[in-house]
Amino acid sequence: MALLQLERISAQYPGSPEPVLADISLSLGPQQLLVALGPSGSGKTSLLNLIAGFVEPSAGRITLDGVPVKGPSAERGVVFQDDALLPWQDVLANVGFGLELAGVSREKREIRAREMLALVDLSGFEQRRIWQLSGGQKQRVGLARALAADPRVLLMDEPFGALDAFTREQMQELLLQVWRRTAKPVFLITHDIEEAVFLATDLILLAPNPGQIVERLHLDFGQRYAAGESARSIKSDPRFIETREHVLAKVFSQRSAAQRQERA
Amino acid sequence: MSSYEIPAAAVKPGATVIPVRRSLSTRWISVLTLVALLVIWWAVTASGMIEPLFLPPPSAVLQKGWLLVTTGYMDSTLWQHLGASLSRIGLGLGFAVLTAVPVGIAIGANRIARGVLDPLIEFYRPIPPLAYLPLIVIWCGIGELSKVLLIYLAIFAPIAIATATGVRTVDPAKLRAAQSLGATRTQLIRHVILPSALPDILTGVRIGLGVGWSTLVAAELIAATSGLGFMVQSAAQFLVTDVVVLGILVIALIAFAMEMGLRALQRKLVPWHGQAH
Repeated sequence: MALLQLERISAQYPGSPEPVLADISLSLGPQQLLVALGPSGSGKTSLLNLIAGFVEPSAGRITLDGVPVKGPSAERGVVFQDDALLPWQDVLANVGFGLELAGVSREKREIRAREMLALVDLSGFEQRRIWQLSGGQKQRVGLARALAADPRVLLMDEPFGALDAFTREQMQELLLQVWRRTAKPVFLITHDIEEAVFLATDLILLAPNPGQIVERLHLDFGQRYAAGESARSIKSDPRFIETREHVLAKVFSQRSAAQRQERA
Repeated sequence: MSSYEIPAAAVKPGATVIPVRRSLSTRWISVLTLVALLVIWWAVTASGMIEPLFLPPPSAVLQKGWLLVTTGYMDSTLWQHLGASLSRIGLGLGFAVLTAVPVGIAIGANRIARGVLDPLIEFYRPIPPLAYLPLIVIWCGIGELSKVLLIYLAIFAPIAIATATGVRTVDPAKLRAAQSLGATRTQLIRHVILPSALPDILTGVRIGLGVGWSTLVAAELIAATSGLGFMVQSAAQFLVTDVVVLGILVIALIAFAMEMGLRALQRKLVPWHGQAH
């Protein structure tokens, strides 16, 4: 059964005649890690902002457990590209921030925050200040903070986009471990094809002008990693490479189609 | 999972390479400049080049200082004059912080409040406070209230404007993050907007105190019966130059101490400010 349901969603910036997203339908259920992949301008960030409730669709319906989504809420946790942590608090307080807002006692939220820090492999960093952390560590704190509030779904807005290649690989593996342990449905957007193919149980490919879904794939590389296979062996598997090239070809065929359309 | 990342503790922040042959630091150059000025002051007065009526020697100013601290001038000691001035600026500052910060938040966060308050503040802010002091004296008399009100108005505008700027430049990602963790509007102000704007608020307080102090002393020169400005003004009328010089030095010292104190407060309260994060 799907938890999160998008039915024929369209979106438009105020004052702009061109829609950014047209007729998007998708669903996200338990055990799913849905990745929206697309070049810039394909509306993937708008899609995430719609689900998070930061903006409203111009048409269509978004429901979580059958209830229409209205505005941001703690049910839909968000991990941002630039960490968006609060520098005036230490790591522990940042992770417990959602619980503090919900009025949970300090003792309880610190227990929960320590658990979440252990989950993202950041035990021992409780008293650190935010500006003392590396980019990868900040993203882990952001992930722990979103998880601490126990959301129904986890939304990730290009969470590893600003990280260097080594840290990004490490964070992808960490995300899969966390996803398997918490069993949270995840919706992640990225423009990194390898990342998308590696992480996704379900991949949607978005094309621009206006943003629309041009391909849906059901993949199992992330599950293979979660089952114990090494990331390197998965990423060098011919089937992985084939999938990656298929997606890449699709992106480029979309692009040249768009160019043909422009010339015509 | 093993971490490839270097733990932050391993990299010492702010560790700079110390050059082998160290030249004079800026601080020592400043100290030497002050000492040189004192020596010149002493030399020109001791040699009789300038009459004590125009510039008394440092020793005379020091002696007078001791006299002022122990027996006083114009019925009150230096401490009483200092206390009068400090309590005025303290009261003005206290009321200004209590009111200007909420007003600044309202201007920065609410369209209607901005429309109402912004033009009012921008209208009176450029007027030199001494220009409306006469009006305040007509309304409130020559007592403490008129002075405190004048200081209050002088400090209010910089703090309100700085707060509004701080509120308007809050990182939208932090607001969205808090909203998606379930923050209400009040919680956003309390947990995100106010701490984000704190560096700007403190800068506003620093600017406000500078303006407030000079306004206060000037107001005391014109209309007061106590305070450092009054002390300097009444001494000047009787050509008691050493009290005048001493008063000016104390006024300068207080302004310097306030500036240093606020900088220290800023470092303590907003250590994240200026850090790459």
